[in-house]
Amino acid sequence: MSDFLKHSMRALLFLLVQVFVLHKIPPLHQFVVPYIYFLFIIWLPFNTGRTWLMIIAFIYGLALDYFLMWPGIHAAACVMIAYLRPFLVNLLIRQEGAEQSYGAPSINSMGWAPYSVLVVVLTLVHHTYLVFLEWLSFGSFWYFLGKVGASTGVSLLLILVTEMLFYRKEKFRTNM
Amino acid sequence: MRNIFLFIRRYFNFLSFLALQALALSFLFRYNKFHEAAFASVANEVTGRINGQYNTVEYYFKLKKANENLVKENLALRDLLRSNYQQPDSSKRLVVDSIRVDSLKPFQKYIYRDAKVVGSFVTTQTNFITIHRGSSQGIQPDMAVIGPGGVVGRVVNTSPNFSTVMTMISRVFKVDGKLKNTGERGSISWDGQNPRLVQMRNIPKSVPVQKGDSVLTSELSSIFPPNILIGTVDSVLNDPSTNFYNLRLKTATNFSTVQFVYVVQNRLLEEQANLEKATRNTNE
Repeated sequence: MSDFLKHSMRALLFLLVQVFVLHKIPPLHQFVVPYIYFLFIIWLPFNTGRTWLMIIAFIYGLALDYFLMWPGIHAAACVMIAYLRPFLVNLLIRQEGAEQSYGAPSINSMGWAPYSVLVVVLTLVHHTYLVFLEWLSFGSFWYFLGKVGASTGVSLLLILVTEMLFYRKEKFRTNM
Repeated sequence: MRNIFLFIRRYFNFLSFLALQALALSFLFRYNKFHEAAFASVANEVTGRINGQYNTVEYYFKLKKANENLVKENLALRDLLRSNYQQPDSSKRLVVDSIRVDSLKPFQKYIYRDAKVVGSFVTTQTNFITIHRGSSQGIQPDMAVIGPGGVVGRVVNTSPNFSTVMTMISRVFKVDGKLKNTGERGSISWDGQNPRLVQMRNIPKSVPVQKGDSVLTSELSSIFPPNILIGTVDSVLNDPSTNFYNLRLKTATNFSTVQFVYVVQNRLLEEQANLEKATRNTNE
């Protein structure tokens, strides 16, 4: 399967799960909103150009926005994490050249600790920015803190489950 | 000139980041003001169709609940039939003037259109439902939407075949309500916590309020017909620092199971709005 097809299907699947599963389950509390769709952006290949990464993230976020009928909010958060991802990857990568030899960020290609740092930081940034934009329209400071904390916790749990269920074996790319 | 190009090339990533952020934020903040955004109509049509596909499955599981609600509504309407009432005094007779009945027809103020709910969300802070009726069927923004139980929301956006409705459980939605027993008016909004509970403010403490009292739409609301059920009092919160009660209402509509709604058009809305605007202009 070509990379493009794989990632498009992944995007579609994440979007449908986010809209028709995670946003359909009755909320436990107003603070607990599970998000997993942005894992698609974290899983994009290393060699995606930085501008392209942001454009893909923007379109992807906007697609979710139109489902939830609040255009702009998720797109803004997605562009934010797409912009920050290359910096973090450069900081965290284990050895020289892992970017070239592996396809995409995963436990395999980056190692447990750096990959989890990447995921935790990007999740936190995504939720902070998202709830901050919500907070500008309404809500209080405690709403902001509580929602960022609780949603990040739930999302990380979901990501952990996803990583365990769908173990991605990243191919080691040789020069061929 | 060369330096400008060099600058752009050097910071191209950062500049494109700023541009995309600006675009996203302009969508976000323009949308909240005007309830419309770029490509909203096209996107509405696409997401409406996907939601419709999902709803064909979801609808099956909610059929029982939808049926119950419709039967309940039918029962309430049947109770209002004239043949159910008997005149207490035989000297009084109800006379229906046929001419009068006919002349009533042009004065119908509210027109009802039925619509099927194809998508709904109750998990965010501004919750919308999508209905399968659009501008081709005469739906316009700012029409009222009511369900078999009571108030649902207000149309904010239309495409040819679908419309999006901002529900009562949205942080920016407000409706004017009154207590059924005493007629005291208050403003109703949602605090974002429980999708079954909304808040009613500005009820004086002199008014007797009990759990279970009905709250209806008031005559002041220009888009909703009067006397539509909004909810029933769930609890009375006594705030000692003011002279007003805060009421917590259980919504008449269960937003996660509602399957059929009515879109209400107020035919005199434009006339009323124009008159009010003209009055405001003369007073200035």
